[in-house]
This record gives sequence, structure tokens and C-alpha cells, in this order.
Amino acid sequence: MLTIHCPNCGITAEETEFHAHGEAHLKRFGPGSSDGEFEGYLFMRKNPKGVHFERWRHQNGCGKWFHVARCTMTLEVFGSYSAQTYAPPQDILDHIENRRPGWQESAT
Amino acid sequence: MSEPVTALRGATDAAGIVQIREIGPRGMITLRGDLSDKATIKAAVAAGGVNVPEVRHCNTEGESGIAWMSPDEVLIMCPYAEVHARIADLRTKLAKQHSLAVNVSDARALFSVTGPHAREVMAKLSPVDLHVDAFTPGMFRRTRLAQVPAAFWMPQEQTFNIVCFRSVAVYVYDVLKVAAQPGSEVGHF
Repeated sequence: MLTIHCPNCGITAEETEFHAHGEAHLKRFGPGSSDGEFEGYLFMRKNPKGVHFERWRHQNGCGKWFHVARCTMTLEVFGSYSAQTYAPPQDILDHIENRRPGWQESAT
Repeated sequence: MSEPVTALRGATDAAGIVQIREIGPRGMITLRGDLSDKATIKAAVAAGGVNVPEVRHCNTEGESGIAWMSPDEVLIMCPYAEVHARIADLRTKLAKQHSLAVNVSDARALFSVTGPHAREVMAKLSPVDLHVDAFTPGMFRRTRLAQVPAAFWMPQEQTFNIVCFRSVAVYVYDVLKVAAQPGSEVGHF
């Protein structure tokens, strides 16, 4: 079971109070994009063994969205951060680099 | 005006290790807006009769009070008969603010759980640290009660007040009764 921190209300609780909503930091391809781009945006998701960035919602709490960085293999949660961002903040990346040296090379 | 009817018509149960009571009707107003804005705070204080609480806390005084629900939402409580007047006043005062005030009195059910085992009964149903040092009177927690969303606070030690959706009032009442079955004391707190 994951223990997750909500940066919006400051509560740290177990995962049943939250709900995962899939991969984070997707770039939207809407009208005017090619079929391939649109398909990729709609359906193609990473399925990494290791570090993963996800969108979560504090379903049974404050109801707000945020991001979580976690490891899909060990279920280690690296941290959570604001939903109002396009990319993970540097302190989260530093922490992941600390815990999983070289993770970015193996992720590609 | 017609008589207000609560979801369970004030059902009570004292057969278990705590006393469960449906209380209410209670006037409840959901107010969404910028909680750092002075005019919003002032209007909320006027409607709730108490100060706007800190994050994850609530201030209550009898039937009135304000509870912190999320970074842009508070729940204002007041006597049921006064809710229309208070919401009208709130809307007038916040006419120029980007805000939303809705009367949710009849969309909610309110329970009280009382007794020396109250913490235990609540801890069986929600994923919240209810240790005496971790959850104290004055705090407010939105969470789940078994399978449904609920929020609760402690007006005083050994008493919990629970707010849930009216549509799940029967479920909450029943699940509280199960958690409070005679002989089901855990003795953890």
C-alpha cells in the first residue's frame, strides 16, 4: 500500500483516500494535429518498470489534483508536487537521482 | 414552510460500545472562493459566527461554525431556520467576488458518535490516525468512512460529529452500528 502526501491540504494518508489517474505530463494534441499524434496522445502510455510520474486526485479529501513520482517496481513514493506544472520540479528529480542513479538513461 | 425531515428522522442506537445519533437538521452552506481574500473571509465570518479556521481545522460554537474543506472551500454551519437568510446575506456581500455559495443543508446528513470508545469506532472505518495526540478536538478531516466519503471533527473529547451525503446516510448509520457492535472493543487508544 502506498502512503501518499497531498500538497494541497497537507495530509499524508494511505492510497485508498486517493485515486490514480494515469501518466502525468502528457502533451495534448487536439484539432489540427496528425492522426498519429492524436492517437499517441489518446492511447499511447509509458509502462515503465521503475520511475513513473502520475496524476493523482485526493478523491476522499480536499478533491484537488496533484502529481506523484513513484517507482512501479518497488512502490517507493519519491514525492508529490503541484498539479500546476509541465514538468517535475528539480528537488523531486534530485531525490530520484539520489535513489535511482542513472534512472533517466534506463527509462528511454 | 414545510417541516425539514432528516434522512433517518433522528435515528439513535445505543446498543453498541458507543452511542450513535443522527443529529440535525443543520443549516449548511458550501462556500467556494479565494480564502485569502479579505471580503470573502469577512462574509464567511458573518455567516458562520466564528473565525475562519486554519487549514484542516474547524471552529464551531453550538450549531454554528466554519470548517475548512479544501484550499478554496469552507463549510459554513448554522441553525437550519437561518440558512436562507444567511445565504442571501453571503451572496449580497460576495456579489463582486469570484465565489459560490450554495445551500447544501438537505443534501447532507449529520451524525454524532459519543462514548469512551468513539475513537476506536471511527478508526475502524477511516484511514486516519486517530491517536489522542494526532487528532484533537478542533481538527477537521475529510476522508472516507468504509466505502463512502465523509468528514468529521470532534466537538469535544469522546465525541465525533460526522457529515456525509444524505444519499448514503443509511449506509453510514449501519456501518457505524457494525463497527460499534457489543464486545468489539479493540482497546488500542
